[in-house]
Amino acid sequence: MKNISFILNGKSTTVAVDPDKPLLWVLREDLALTGTKYGCGMAICGCCTVHLEGDAIRSCVTPVSRVEGKRVTTIEGLSTDLSHPVQRAWMQIQVPQCGYCQSGQMMSAVCLLNLNPKPTDANIAEAMSGNLCRCGTYQRVRNAIHVAAAIAAKRGVTE
Amino acid sequence: MKLIAPIIIGFASIALGWYAFAQSAPLGVRDDDAARAAFTVAYRVFESPRCMNCHPAGNTPLQGDDSHPHFDYVLRGEDGNGISALRCSNCHQAGNGAGLNMPPGAPNVMSDGSFDPTTPRWHLPSAKTPMIFEGRSTAQLCRQLQDPTQNGGLSRDQLIHHVASDPLVLWGWSPGEGRTTPPISHEQFVALVKEWLDNGGACPK
Repeated sequence: MKNISFILNGKSTTVAVDPDKPLLWVLREDLALTGTKYGCGMAICGCCTVHLEGDAIRSCVTPVSRVEGKRVTTIEGLSTDLSHPVQRAWMQIQVPQCGYCQSGQMMSAVCLLNLNPKPTDANIAEAMSGNLCRCGTYQRVRNAIHVAAAIAAKRGVTE
Repeated sequence: MKLIAPIIIGFASIALGWYAFAQSAPLGVRDDDAARAAFTVAYRVFESPRCMNCHPAGNTPLQGDDSHPHFDYVLRGEDGNGISALRCSNCHQAGNGAGLNMPPGAPNVMSDGSFDPTTPRWHLPSAKTPMIFEGRSTAQLCRQLQDPTQNGGLSRDQLIHHVASDPLVLWGWSPGEGRTTPPISHEQFVALVKEWLDNGGACPK
């Protein structure tokens, strides 16, 4: 066990855990942030995507020791009032079906928009191909990213 | 004249690069046969899946002992670290994941040369210098590795340092469960690369 400190959704956080414990399970079990989902456990499906210093990492295979002293953002940290452009777009387009993969989809979408505020369909296909959806909501995901880009452009913000 | 000047400058740059690479070699007796023989064996390592999968001909990394394209739409990106939400180190860690088919990983190198056990180093060569191994003949790869315009600007010593010490190269011999290692040991491989270059770096015909 070791004390690991990091900035989680803007707040300084310390947990006493095995440094090899995957970040996903630290978030879900030790910090009760269950918005980040367990999918495949081997970095294939993208359900567990969170941000580490802005990069869209797979928390299921990331040892918590890697985030020590760094900035982590989960789906809960996008906004406190569902005002983030990606959250608003997801609601407007009604993207989810079962919803299980959607927090990962949204975190990857935010990462894309932070790097590319006006992505093309091809940009979206490249960036989002690592987030699998068994319900097949891909077209709605793509549409929502375009809507989120438009909302952010009006506001001048993404994250 | 407008066309000739860039051609002359281009040839001069290549010649200077080769000269610089050759000058960094130790003085010794040139033995083309020994150099070619050493490289021919070392080539089997360069073309093994553990090395070639990250030196693909296209912009998608390869994976597995059959060198199939990486799953999802994983791309090289300008800097070789992937793109957007699919950066290499988003999934690849500072060490191999435990178990079959888990993402492989290697540690980053710190400024003092030691390995950082918490920060991953996992990438392809950059788009500008893709360092393609896939499909290269022994002669083509031999020339490419010694050409600073194609090898990332590495000198002879830097090339030896890369094959001897880079965590990504070392990973090839401890690739995690379910992946074969190159056909000879790392020590043999480094010795062959040195033998090839110490004997003048002649290339197979």
